Amino acid sequence: MTPWMPALAAAATFSAWPALAQPAPDALLGRNLAATCANCHGTNGQARGEMRPLAGVPAAKIVAAVADFRSGALPATIMHQIAKGYSDEQIRLVAAYFAAQPAAK
Amino acid sequence: MTRSLSSDAGRRRFLGAAAAGGLALAGCAATPAGPSIGRVVVVGGGFGGATAARYLRLWGGNVDVTLVERNAGFVSCPISNLVLGGFRAIGDISRSYDSLRAAGVKLVQGEVVAIDAAQRQVRLADGTRLPYDRLIVSPGVDFMLDQVGGLAAALDSGRVQHAWKAGPATLALRRQLVDMPDGGVVAITIPKVPYRCPPGPYERACTIAAYLKQAKPRSKLLLLDANPEVQSKKALFERAFSEHYAGLLEYRPNAELKEVAGNVARLEFEDVRADVLNVVPPQRAGDLARSAGLVNVNGRWAGVHWLTMESTAVPGIHVLGDATFSAPLMPKSGHIANQHAKVAAAAVIQLLQGEPVNPTPVVMNTCYSFVTGRDVIHVASVHQYDNAEKTFKTVPGSGGVSAAASQLEGRYALSWAENIWADMLAG
Repeated sequence: MTPWMPALAAAATFSAWPALAQPAPDALLGRNLAATCANCHGTNGQARGEMRPLAGVPAAKIVAAVADFRSGALPATIMHQIAKGYSDEQIRLVAAYFAAQPAAK
Repeated sequence: MTRSLSSDAGRRRFLGAAAAGGLALAGCAATPAGPSIGRVVVVGGGFGGATAARYLRLWGGNVDVTLVERNAGFVSCPISNLVLGGFRAIGDISRSYDSLRAAGVKLVQGEVVAIDAAQRQVRLADGTRLPYDRLIVSPGVDFMLDQVGGLAAALDSGRVQHAWKAGPATLALRRQLVDMPDGGVVAITIPKVPYRCPPGPYERACTIAAYLKQAKPRSKLLLLDANPEVQSKKALFERAFSEHYAGLLEYRPNAELKEVAGNVARLEFEDVRADVLNVVPPQRAGDLARSAGLVNVNGRWAGVHWLTMESTAVPGIHVLGDATFSAPLMPKSGHIANQHAKVAAAAVIQLLQGEPVNPTPVVMNTCYSFVTGRDVIHVASVHQYDNAEKTFKTVPGSGGVSAAASQLEGRYALSWAENIWADMLAG
């Protein structure tokens, strides 16, 4: 996890910022991070076509899938490469955000 | 940061009072009920601008968002190489802006002729003035036509097409390919990096070669690259060239286009005659970036503060997408423009509310390229903001390219397009 040091250091400074009005900083951070997934997985995780929807998926399931992509336990075309670009804490925030979204109709 | 925040809030109060009368006189649409947190004008309805407008509405609550775009509808550059190869129709890559309107974005079809950063207003060709608290521009690229002799005239005549902005030029180039007799020569020229969509010219060579292989097998395709080697997914493209198009597609590195004369592409030491000549011209930030004084890197690109995407040249104006001076290893792609837009949308909303911006933004890129009508390769990267260097940096050990071309990734590529179009257009 050493590659993460700059990001983690920056993340740590986040808590030093004054509290945001609404919603909580973590929620906004989760929202912003999850939006980086939307190009493929749909806005708020409501995917179309052959992409896997993430909206409404339990957070633990998303966290576990990402871990399996990283380890290679879950074969992938691209997610094993993308999963390694986010820290554990970032994945936790992303997963919490998607879990709270309504699934696509 | 703090200074810019307080001045933002103050200016808004002042302009709000000043503009209320002006808007009423002009008979403009009523402002939405409840207190607006501010007015944002977005110029350019491509991957960057449309996404910014959509996400400002999605995330901003009562933020007044106006999107100015010169075209009536959106035509996607990604997937347009499939139209050139005859694998998709132009309608498949075209979308309406109506869904953005339904999402609460005010749409103005028009041409921006001036940005007055001091007065914080945008002037359109028809005389309309749009006041803003924050301006977001996503002007894409324009061409450095003076770098290639005869190119401007050749493009004007229609004899040479760039098709590097999807739409009529895409259809015109497709028509030339269809009209070309079997046994003809197609030449595609690639400018030196940086240019929009690094893998795009190589994908284009593949989809056009796939068409020729099936419809005009005696033809030849010359890929004339000003760069010393393939600039993206090198090994994968080289494998595709030899596996699928041996004897048909010829790749020539270090072949910079110097002049266009009729159907002849003049290189440094050689003239290449082509029945269809497709020139991808050298590029710079779009004209709007230049006229607004946003171009401050190499006389070519717009520098930005990466936490907010705010211009390093003109405060209050945020720049997205291909027009920006790229962070290290960050490609000029529609996907990245979409990601820039989300960083900007989040930051603009917080700036309008006088709140600190997210100090740890992340963006990521995925570019799928078709090497046949259905086999696809990708390149992906994740970019985390580095507070020490004030820029985005790729995460070591992350990202990469396909192990091999596959039809599975072909299906993902098309789904990627559906999802990103919906993400940007709220459709």
